[in-house]
Order: sequence, then C-alpha cells, then structure tokens
Amino acid sequence: MASDKKYEPTNPTLKWVEDRLPIMGFVYNAVGAGYHVPRNLNYWWNFGVLAGFMMVVQIVTGIVLAMHYIPDITVAFDSVQHIRRDVNYGWLLQAVHANGASMFFVVVYIHILRGFYFGSYKSPREILWFLGIIIYLIMMATGFMGYVLPWGQMSFWGATVITNFFSAFDFIPFIGDGLVEWLWGGFAVDQPTLNRFYSLHYLLPFVLVGVVILHIWALHIPGSTNPLGIDVKGPQDKIPFHPYYTAKDAFGLGVFIIFFSVFIFYIPDFLGHPDNYIEADRLKTPAHIVPEWYYLPFYAILRAIPDKLLGIVAMFGSIMILFAMPWLDGARIRSMRFRPLSKFFFWIFVVNGLFLGYLGQISPDDILAFGWTALTYAQIATFYYFAYFLVVMPLVSRMETTKPVPTSIAAAVLDANKKG
Amino acid sequence: MTTHDDVVEERRNFLYIATGAAGAVAAGAAVWPLIDQMNPSKDVLALSSIEVDISVIAEGESAVFLWRKNPVFIRHRTAEEIARAIADDNAEDLIDPQTDAERIQKPEWLVMSGVCTHFGCIPLDQQGDFGGWFCPCHGSHYDISGRIRKGPAPSNLPVMDYVFLDDSTIKIG
Repeated sequence: MASDKKYEPTNPTLKWVEDRLPIMGFVYNAVGAGYHVPRNLNYWWNFGVLAGFMMVVQIVTGIVLAMHYIPDITVAFDSVQHIRRDVNYGWLLQAVHANGASMFFVVVYIHILRGFYFGSYKSPREILWFLGIIIYLIMMATGFMGYVLPWGQMSFWGATVITNFFSAFDFIPFIGDGLVEWLWGGFAVDQPTLNRFYSLHYLLPFVLVGVVILHIWALHIPGSTNPLGIDVKGPQDKIPFHPYYTAKDAFGLGVFIIFFSVFIFYIPDFLGHPDNYIEADRLKTPAHIVPEWYYLPFYAILRAIPDKLLGIVAMFGSIMILFAMPWLDGARIRSMRFRPLSKFFFWIFVVNGLFLGYLGQISPDDILAFGWTALTYAQIATFYYFAYFLVVMPLVSRMETTKPVPTSIAAAVLDANKKG
Repeated sequence: MTTHDDVVEERRNFLYIATGAAGAVAAGAAVWPLIDQMNPSKDVLALSSIEVDISVIAEGESAVFLWRKNPVFIRHRTAEEIARAIADDNAEDLIDPQTDAERIQKPEWLVMSGVCTHFGCIPLDQQGDFGGWFCPCHGSHYDISGRIRKGPAPSNLPVMDYVFLDDSTIKIG
C-alpha cells in the first residue's frame, strides 16, 4: 500500500540526514503513521508482530548463550548445566531461549492458521505466503539443530533419527549413498555433527531475518488483509499503523509476555523431555523417542506410513502442500466468515492437527478408543490432513453457497457500531 | 560468403562461450571444497578396524562393541537359534530375503551392525515377535539372523566385513 502522506522532517538536522539517506521515511512508511492499514484488524493480526518479537528474543539470547556454550561433545552437556547453574542470570537466559523456541512456534502456528481462516494466501498475496512457508521451514531446521546442542539423550537420538531421514534417498545415483555421512562428517552423529549444527544454528536465524524482511516487503505491496477479506476501497477503510496498531500490538505483546513468563519463571522445563537431562549415550537408545512438541504432527504423519521412503515423502509433502494452497482454494471470497462449510472443515483440520500432535508423542502400538491402535488413528488423521488440501479445499471452495459480503470495510464497521 | 564482420562475430561468440565455460568450471572448483569439507575427515576414516575378543561371550549371550562410533552386535547363538534361523530362510514375511548362511561365517557367531536400517536407533536384544531384536523407535522386528521381518525398516541389519583371526578373536572392518 503506497503511503498516503510523505515523511517531511521539520528539524533541519533530520532533514539533512533524510535528504542523504531516507531511513526515517522508510520506517515511517513501514510501521509508522505513513503506513495505512485496514481499520478492522482484530487480535489475530497481532501474531505477526509477536513472531517478529520472538525472533529478536531468540537472536539476542542466543548470542549471549553462545558466549558460554561449548560445542565439544565431551563438555557440551556440562556447559549447558554450567550456564543454568553458574553463569550470572544464565538460568534466565537459558530458560528464555529454550522456551522461546516453543513460544516462537506457538505464535507462528497461530499466525499460519490465521492465514488459513482469513484467506491470506489468496491473490494477490501468494508470494507473501511462500515467503512465510520458507520462514517456517528455516525455523524448523534452526529449532532442530538448536535442540541437538545440549547433547542430551534426546538431542543425540533425535539428531540420529532425523539425519537418517536422508538415508531414505539412497536410491539417488552418486550422492544418495554418502548423503547421511556427509551430513554427519563421520559414520554416526559425532563431534563434526555437533560442530556444524552449532555453526548453522548461529547462521540460520540471520537468514531468517533476511526472509522476514522480504516477507514484510511483500506484505506492504498489497497491504494487510482483514477479517472481512474484502479489498480496501478508499481512505475511509484505513487508519494509520501508528498510533492505532502500535498500541494494539503493544497490548497484545504485554498479554503474550505474561504467558511466556509463566513458562520461564514457573515451569521452565515443562516443555522439555526428562531424557534430555541425561548426557548423550551412543550405546543406549531411549525407550521412547519423541521430538519437540512443535514437530509432533509431522512425526505422526511420518510414522503413519509403514514404508520408510513414502513416510518421508508424506512428511515433507505435508508442508510442501502449503505452497499449492493459493490454487487449491478456488473461492472468490477470502474470509471464512462468509464460507460456513469451509469454516466447518477448517476447524476439523485444526482439531485433527492437534490430534496428530497427540498421536506423535505416544507409542504407535498404544491402544486407544474402540480397541484401535494409535497407528490406525494416525493413518485416519493423516488421511484427513491430505484430504483437506486435495479434496475438501478444491471442492468446497468452488461449490459452497457463501453468505453476503459487506460492500466495504467502512460500511461493515459503521454498521457494527450502530448495532453495538 | 563470409564477411569480415561474420568472422569477428563468430570469434566473439567463441570467446563468450569459452569464458563462460571457464568461469563455470572455476566456480565449481571453488565451491567443491566448501561441500567436501563436510565429508568424513581423514582421522575419522582412519578408525577403520577393531579386534574383538569373543571368548568372553557365553552361548546364548550377545555383546555390543563400538566400531566407527556405531554399535556392532555379536551374538553367540545356541543350536536352537541356529536351527530357527535356517528354518526361516524361506519364510514369506522376509522383507529383504537372505539365507542365514549368507549372513554368517560360523553358524554360532552372528556378527552384524547394531544400527536399525530405518532411522538409526539401536534395536533391543531378545525382544520382538521373532525372538531376535526389536527397535523401540518405530517398531521394527528382526529375527535371530538379524533379518527384518516386520515394521518400517527396509533392509536386514547389515553384515560388515570381518575375519576370524583365531577361534577367539575377530577383526571387524
């Protein structure tokens, strides 16, 4: 959205700077009063800012933790305990960083589902959506490598299992056979593996920053969507980002920080796994390997398919399919507020995703309701996951009878005010 | 008829292609060290063989040794286990068919990798539906010859190169 008002400093010094490097105008137009946004954004629109906040928190705490952590398999585990016990405020920094990863995923998952519900992936925001998926993939890689660094049992065996995913590609000529050894730098997860994961864990967040800048740039071309999903028709539909949404985001941030603080100060190890407080032992696989919670639905999909290669393909496919959403969904209306049937299937999709997460952390042989195994349920849930994208979305979006859409954002807002 | 301009253009095109090709080769040569540095280094590759005293493993027991940072299972099989392994040579549920004879040098000594061929966990001894090994990670069952019988693993536990130096010592790798 082009800025409606140009940034013109009155202070001569600021003007002198602005004439030579228009950086203040850039900020003003990006997140200031120069950026005009639909007037009807609700709290679901806070989560992009919260994700940006978590990225900064992770980078800042990560940089200082790197001043104490040692990526050497003989002392890596101890160095994390040293941070937690001996380093000044190490207990806080480590808790913020470890729980921060989970918080980052919480807000990003809500941000993604916000996009699902309000049709944010639809034209003209397809590239914005792609960049978001790339951000998510980088987050998964970064989070995985970060989890390996404390060199506990789950770190080691999680790393072993996940790097072995790539052994499923051993049919590829020339590179297939040596691919996993190339990742490891040896014949098993070992010192070279830890060292390179540390290097990449430090690097990838900065790649992430780059993609986030592209994501925000792509956002500013069409501007934000809104809960009604209708296009902005004129200035009466918009308000300046500052002070309106800076204030709204600040309030949301405050609420979020309270939630975050509960984990940091009261249950810092709640999201961790007890086995990861045992140092890595390459001769003893834990009885039950589970990944961090934010990977669980995909882990359940992987285990649902009894074939190694197809399991891997399904797992990667479950994320890659997001790239096709702008075309799988053929509805002319973005927001599910006016698409009742789509809304119904969306909420089933959400519950199904949570259920897959639950299935990912229990044993596939566990018996659940009706005497069926967790594996059977995982297969049903995996089927719905893919059917949602490949059957439900293409058909329902093109066939359902939608509700009447308001003529403009301003009209809808003023109507609501009258009724209210 | 070939004019002077045509000749110049032809020579120029040749120079473009030659320069581009040389540049591509140079870029590849510059990138290769960046990729190859991640492959196992020489000291890692040098840890290629170990000698193991197997006289300490009683009949009906298994031992685990580390070879190239990976577990190696050595099982001193009983006569009953050998008979069971051979009896299963033609079982219909063999996912990666192999006879027991192809997997051993001396029937009482089963020597093989202890890394599950699914995602690399270490299977547990004397567990699972076939009295062999069971991988707790994703539920692969191996029989008493280390052959995959049930579960997601695609192939049998691999048998690596080894030699009997004498009756009580084997050299792995």
